[in-house]
Amino acid sequence: MTTVKAAPDRKLDAWTWFRMYIRLFAVQGAWNYETMLGNGIAFCTEPALRRLPGGIGGEQYQAAMGRQARYFNAHPYLAGIAVGALTRAELDSVPPQMIERFRTALGGPLGSVGDRLVWASWLPLCSLIALTAFGLGARPLLVIAIFLVIYNIGHLALRAWGLRVGFQRGLRVADALGHPVLRKGPQVVGMLAALLAGVSIPLAAREVIGGGRQLSAGIILLAMVGGVFLARLGGRVEGWRLSLFVLAVFVLFSVIR
Amino acid sequence: MMLLDLLPIALLGGVLGMDVVTFPQAMISRPIVAATVAGAFIGNAPAGLVMGAVLELLALEMLPFGASRYPEWGSASVVGGTLFAMQQRNPAGALAAALFAALVTAMLSGRSMVWLRRMNASLAAREHEALAHGSGRAVTGLQLFGLSADLVRGFSVTLVSMIVFDPLIRAIVASWGTDARYSRAIVVAMVAAVSAGAVWKIFHLVSKARLLFIAGLALGAYILVTT
Repeated sequence: MTTVKAAPDRKLDAWTWFRMYIRLFAVQGAWNYETMLGNGIAFCTEPALRRLPGGIGGEQYQAAMGRQARYFNAHPYLAGIAVGALTRAELDSVPPQMIERFRTALGGPLGSVGDRLVWASWLPLCSLIALTAFGLGARPLLVIAIFLVIYNIGHLALRAWGLRVGFQRGLRVADALGHPVLRKGPQVVGMLAALLAGVSIPLAAREVIGGGRQLSAGIILLAMVGGVFLARLGGRVEGWRLSLFVLAVFVLFSVIR
Repeated sequence: MMLLDLLPIALLGGVLGMDVVTFPQAMISRPIVAATVAGAFIGNAPAGLVMGAVLELLALEMLPFGASRYPEWGSASVVGGTLFAMQQRNPAGALAAALFAALVTAMLSGRSMVWLRRMNASLAAREHEALAHGSGRAVTGLQLFGLSADLVRGFSVTLVSMIVFDPLIRAIVASWGTDARYSRAIVVAMVAAVSAGAVWKIFHLVSKARLLFIAGLALGAYILVTT
């Protein structure tokens, strides 16, 4: 069995780190249904791959770029882990077959962990915090600032941590996915979000209603019945499509009556 | 609005449309941000925020999971926020009509993202040889094409939507026959129902979610009564 020996401590200069980090924000720039993130991974690793013997256009550089541009899929915020680990593997001259196997094994976990932590926990929580601020009458600039600052503290830190830990651990980066934030984060954030959802939805609704508060009881009843109906339907009906249909009928009714 | 007045709005739609997937995914494209900024662009940020909150409640349901197809809220929120903020003195029907325009835009813009992804794929297929041989230029070229095309996509969707919906929404609002209170109430009940269903779908597997949601509702009700 082939084993990966820990390579001597390898360092990248600050400018290369910076370029890789900035490029991570565009990792999905050429996202497509064939290679998905593949091209983006090559794009992000490229500044470090220039350090391979022979430099840009060298044999090693071209072989590495060719490998990294192949199919890859992951959550965009956790793609930094893959970028860091793959960069390290290429600089350590790990055999191509091992890099290929590593790429295949890494994508799935990075996708599912990221989806649960970011899209299904952190983003809804931050939205609900912003909606609560709106419901409590915060001014527009404050609502935006609350949302963007809180959300992006997590976002920027996650990308930076991923890139650093990926490069530090190379092909042994799988352990990093056991980090308590990635493992328990979705559960804790989900509990907070469930609590906050109960607060934010009625408050935001009141703020939008404005002059129609006499109808509050009817609105709450309709919202509860509709919410239970949609929840029971699961993913079979998308609420926004149903809303579009209801709105179209309502607009027509209101115009032609 | 004159075509020249629409260009900054369309550019905003392009930039915020990019944020959804390609760059930088900082969630400046979320409706509560995008619609508010659009409202501020035409001097009525509070109205933009109201539209942003309504769209945000709907958007809770459709999270951008990987390759799934979802509405594109960035450009759509710019259209919705602008159209709602443009209606002076908040006439009956303005919220419902602007929301309708935003949802149609979100649907069409979501489809345009699918077209763009297919275009990226066919370009990648054309560049296959160069990519397989590790051409850094081909990698960067594909990336720059995808980013620029996404900017153009969001810009075009916003511009076309504004050209179509600006006069249409004015006409709808001018001939609106339903009482203002009922008009808003229907919109609010609808989005509250969708968001409650969405929250349940996202968090029902979280331990004690039901209890926490009910506790939150009690707290929300207390705040509603006391403030």
